[in-house]
Amino acid sequence: MESFTSITGTAVPFMRINIDTDQITPGPEILRGRADGYRSSLFARWRYLDMDKRTPDPDFILNREPWKHAAILLADRNFGCGSSRESAPQALRAFGFRSVIAPSFGGIFFSNSFRNGLLPVELPIEDVRHLADQVEASGGKARLTVDLEAQKVTGPDRETYVFRAPSVLREMLLAGVDEIDLTLSRAAEIAAFRNQDQAERPWAYRPRRAGQAH
Amino acid sequence: MAKGRTFFEKVWDDHVIADLGENTFLLQIDRLFLHEMSGSVAMRQLEASGRRPASPSQVFTVIDHVIDSAPGRGPSDSHLPAGTEMIKAARRGSHEYGFTFFDVGDRRQGIVHVVSPELAIALPGLTLVCGDSHTCTVGGVGALAWGIGSTEGEHVLATQTLAQVKPKTMRINFNGKLPPNVYAKDMILHLIGEIGANGGIGYAVEFAGEAIRDLPVEGRLTICNMAIEFSAKYGFVPPDDVTIDFLKDREFAPKGAAWDEAEAYWRTLPSDLDAVFDREVDIDCSRIRPQVTWGTSPQQVVSIDGRIPDPSGIEDPGTRKLVESALQYVQLTPGSPIKGVRIDTAYIGSCTNARLSDLRIAAAILKGRKVATGIEAICVPGSTSVRAQAEAEGLDTIFREAGFEWHESGCAMCGHMGNDRLLDRRVISTTNRNFEGRQGPRTRTHLASPATVAASALMGVIADVSTIEKG
Repeated sequence: MESFTSITGTAVPFMRINIDTDQITPGPEILRGRADGYRSSLFARWRYLDMDKRTPDPDFILNREPWKHAAILLADRNFGCGSSRESAPQALRAFGFRSVIAPSFGGIFFSNSFRNGLLPVELPIEDVRHLADQVEASGGKARLTVDLEAQKVTGPDRETYVFRAPSVLREMLLAGVDEIDLTLSRAAEIAAFRNQDQAERPWAYRPRRAGQAH
Repeated sequence: MAKGRTFFEKVWDDHVIADLGENTFLLQIDRLFLHEMSGSVAMRQLEASGRRPASPSQVFTVIDHVIDSAPGRGPSDSHLPAGTEMIKAARRGSHEYGFTFFDVGDRRQGIVHVVSPELAIALPGLTLVCGDSHTCTVGGVGALAWGIGSTEGEHVLATQTLAQVKPKTMRINFNGKLPPNVYAKDMILHLIGEIGANGGIGYAVEFAGEAIRDLPVEGRLTICNMAIEFSAKYGFVPPDDVTIDFLKDREFAPKGAAWDEAEAYWRTLPSDLDAVFDREVDIDCSRIRPQVTWGTSPQQVVSIDGRIPDPSGIEDPGTRKLVESALQYVQLTPGSPIKGVRIDTAYIGSCTNARLSDLRIAAAILKGRKVATGIEAICVPGSTSVRAQAEAEGLDTIFREAGFEWHESGCAMCGHMGNDRLLDRRVISTTNRNFEGRQGPRTRTHLASPATVAASALMGVIADVSTIEKG
């Protein structure tokens, strides 16, 4: 897991509701493969006039200066809803984003983001709008700081906004720890649970048909 | 006295291996289902890490996502070369690791969320995960099931556990009885219209009430399938007689004494009468009419007699912008009726509505009739065994004679997996997502029940099924 402590950078106002993971990385894009970490797949339907030829749409905000260098994305409610595809946070990360700030997130996307070095931050809609207004007014010059250690966002006007990240995911992201190693360090506890549980719920462990060779 | 517990709390508590603090728990995972898209990624990551699966007997694989659904398909046919490689990788990995594997050509192949309850791989009170957001579907048999990413999939492969933040609980009570021509799909679309596409964020959702109790398991699977469409990761109907009758004697169900022991446990799982939910929602089913979506989110839905909304009357700027951009995409006029909108294609398929009962409902409407001139109509049965059962009943003949294409089972035309057949077309569809481009570039998808799709196919326009006499 890639670590994240604190970042300061350009934020792009992208204030749409219900941006689903099919928009973040459309289905056929996943099948193109991930040689570039899905960098070129990000928002492919909105970003290109022609998806196959990769002709950029000059009107799309992420194709324009200075927004194309943004590290933080500001969005409206329910960002990352829909499909569980992990290509969505991976594409955002590969494009250069380190954090998405929105009032709420699709649950699977939220969880996938931490595991790909992308920090989802939940702030009330009024605060996200206030931040978006400031970066918009500055033409992209205003910078934001997202600090996972202190769990706060600092706006261009130095105002701070406190957020809460789930503790286990937060600690893993701060340290960049491999989650599987962390779980396997509890191997004895897991084995003890499974031994007892198997006696109580045998059908949960032996799903094969009666008489079927294992 | 101890407070009563909900179904969700009972199942969750029975799977907690460790409390990791601040509402995060390490859970035992009873079933991992893989498919060739996210599953092949999880297997590849596991292999790259040098680890082995912790419990192969609890892992199942199926080929469903990128396999072509066209009749006569080959075992690895996909619309993109990378799709073929994913299929082969999933096949290779499943054989190497000794997972139970349903390959193309196996009668048990099909859409993962159709297959897992059909074979009783999903059982009440089990935790089941899969790298697909619609895994919540199998909450319809009383499993605690949810969609995960491929990194979480790798974690389950390596440890047969998963760390999860415990959600809040919500109960949705579908009170009363359904009017004629109103189905499970209409119930769930109506609900999403009421509470919004973000209404379920952070909740595990129990579906309850008279109309849910009256539904067969297949209808419950349809309801739970779309829990993720209001952003609830978990949706379920606790087990009852209907669930238990449905599962008995299916291929992977416990047998003999093991069944009796399992059933006794399942009977303890329903929510206690004094259990408290964090949120309750009541829906009066007598008021639900057939539903059709007009926009690019399942929440953008109206009754068949309804009209396309006018954004100029919407106060919240975010919501107004959402409606405006949806209208631009779907090319519909504000204020006009949804009924009578001309369609190009009718599609029956997906993990939402491609089970045998769905095909029977559609066939009853199509019998002895023809789809309107110029309308393309496609049926993709939810599993190879659904397809075989439908053929045994002669449903395929009814579909074919009406002018439908009769496909092999798979997901390919619900999510756009490289097949551009539905490009720029207006489709009435039994699927679960009307997102921009979901079924193909510029495809405009209208979600509806199999009955409404069948009726619309016959009329060539979005139609009210009650105006068609059933055969």
